[in-house]
Amino acid sequence: MSDVLLQTRGLARSFGPMKAVDDVSIAVRRGTITGLIGPNGAGKSTLFNLLTGTLAADSGTVMLGGADVTGLSPDRLFGRGLGRTFQIPRPFARMSVLENVMLAPLRQTGERLWGPFLRPGAMRDDERRIRDRALEVLDFVTLAPLADHPAGKISGGQMKLLELARVLMGDPEIILLDEPAAGVNPTLAGTLIEKIEELNRQGKTFVIIEHDMDFIMRHCDPIIALAEGRVVFEGTAAEAQANPVLLEAYLGTMADA
Amino acid sequence: MIGLISYLVFFTTVATILSIAVLGLNLQWGNTGLFNGGVAAFFGAGAYGTLILGGTPQEGHIGGFALPYPVALAGGMAAAGLLAWLVGRLTLKLRHDYLAIATFGVAVTFENVMRNAEWLSGGARGLRGFDRPLQELFASPLAYNAVFLGFVVVLLVATYAFLQRLVASPFGRLLRAIREDEEAAQSLGKSPARVRLISFVTGSVIMGLAGGLYGTFYAFVSPQDVLPILTFQIWAMLIVGGAGNNRGAILGAFLIWGAWTASGWALSRYAPVEAQIYAGSIQYVLIGSVIVGMLLWRPQGLFPERLVVSQRGRHPVPAAAE
Ligand SMILES: Nc1ncnc2c1ncn2[C@@H]1O[C@H](COP(=O)(O)OP(=O)(O)OP(=O)(O)O)[C@@H](O)[C@H]1O
Ligand SMILES: [Mg+2]
Repeated sequence: MSDVLLQTRGLARSFGPMKAVDDVSIAVRRGTITGLIGPNGAGKSTLFNLLTGTLAADSGTVMLGGADVTGLSPDRLFGRGLGRTFQIPRPFARMSVLENVMLAPLRQTGERLWGPFLRPGAMRDDERRIRDRALEVLDFVTLAPLADHPAGKISGGQMKLLELARVLMGDPEIILLDEPAAGVNPTLAGTLIEKIEELNRQGKTFVIIEHDMDFIMRHCDPIIALAEGRVVFEGTAAEAQANPVLLEAYLGTMADA
Repeated sequence: MIGLISYLVFFTTVATILSIAVLGLNLQWGNTGLFNGGVAAFFGAGAYGTLILGGTPQEGHIGGFALPYPVALAGGMAAAGLLAWLVGRLTLKLRHDYLAIATFGVAVTFENVMRNAEWLSGGARGLRGFDRPLQELFASPLAYNAVFLGFVVVLLVATYAFLQRLVASPFGRLLRAIREDEEAAQSLGKSPARVRLISFVTGSVIMGLAGGLYGTFYAFVSPQDVLPILTFQIWAMLIVGGAGNNRGAILGAFLIWGAWTASGWALSRYAPVEAQIYAGSIQYVLIGSVIVGMLLWRPQGLFPERLVVSQRGRHPVPAAAE
């Protein structure tokens, strides 16, 4: 089906005897905000790592936009429009917040060794454009006042926002967000989801891992649930709410927690 | 008086040449986080390359192609770059400590090959038969050396300017990102293997330039010039000066070369005769102590890396940003 953007078949990965991701076949439709839920250790982040090429799968395939991309490196996949953020933020600590964001655009003139010397004019134009856009994106995530701060010295919540800003800067078609709102203050998290929905209306596809069920139910559709590495549910938010097994096994424990 | 001036010219020339090599290492380690434990090999490739290409024809070994000096020097740099490219293709996937061990092995191999492959390098006796460029135009050796000092200073400044520009460009941004978190950089579409290779080769070409100048200055190079101690000296210079800071790298080169020369002189003058044969070993211990002491006491070096930025935001930098 042409509206499936990202798809896996029989994806699996073990760590020693433990099957972290076990025979996962899912499809992410273009233009959706797909929610990925599951208890701690269910294999959600590992699945992201398999989708983005950060980890090699033991078996199974990944298709992106109809092409088999199994085994491609993360940089190649980013070049094909697949972006991601990390659950535990990975800022470039001894670089400024602005530089963290300016890194992301592909094929920058000045990224070549000879760019600064042979094409200084083109590089300057590029830089001006990238800097303006980076500042816009930083405004968007409310980090613009911190643009010149070392990224290693901002708060954990701010680092999560920086992760988001970086990936947005690269302008991928589909973005995998690993708990984007964790540690971000509630007001800002609210703004964040508004922005995500706005980008979604403009055509971007998202897959979001989130523990906050309220958030998932309100903003994600469809929803995929993992448990012990396997897909235990795939359906709409309404179906999820009506699913007794899911409510019992996952939502119930979450509500108690 | 003339003796003192001539000694100062000599000292400054060598320190300037070594500064260039330290700048090359700073690109690799300071900016990219590549641990090159085989600096001596790339320096040596530059020196041997330059002398083989630019020297007069010799009995007993190849070389003496008598090429014009700029071509010979560029050839020496290319030899260092080629060696780095080969080593890089094979080892840059091995990171950190593995890369250090692998490159150290390359340097030991290089020295051994130079010592034994007489047809190539003249073996243990070294390479002779190199006429220093334009020497016939100068009446006195001192005048020539003074002009040569000017030449190496110009090349140091050019290298410094090249690297400063590079580090402040998007390419420098890319290097720092790879150094800080390679996996995150890769998730943003950057290819760490490619970037590391470019940085490794470029830094090694700069070391090759230093080696070529060194060979030119002495009109001679032998396996004694590419011993592992050279690698340690260059590292000590970078660590003392401040990894990540090009000015620190140059300052470190002058300080360590000064300390090395002074300690050699003091040992030869004041150490008891029985201890003289150990003077070299004592200097090894001294340089090791300097590296360890500096790492314990001030790991960031005398000139710590500043927050180098390619671009700034809209606001004036708050004091806290450094
Ligand atoms: N690199 C690794 N080496 C060994 N085990 C790992 C590795 N990465 C993940 N695991 C294990 O795989 C299982 C799945 O981990 P994963 O991080 O994917 O869970 P998750 O669903 O993202 O959990 P959380 O909600 O806590 O983030 C866990 O038991 C984890 O300990
Ligand atoms: Mg996780």
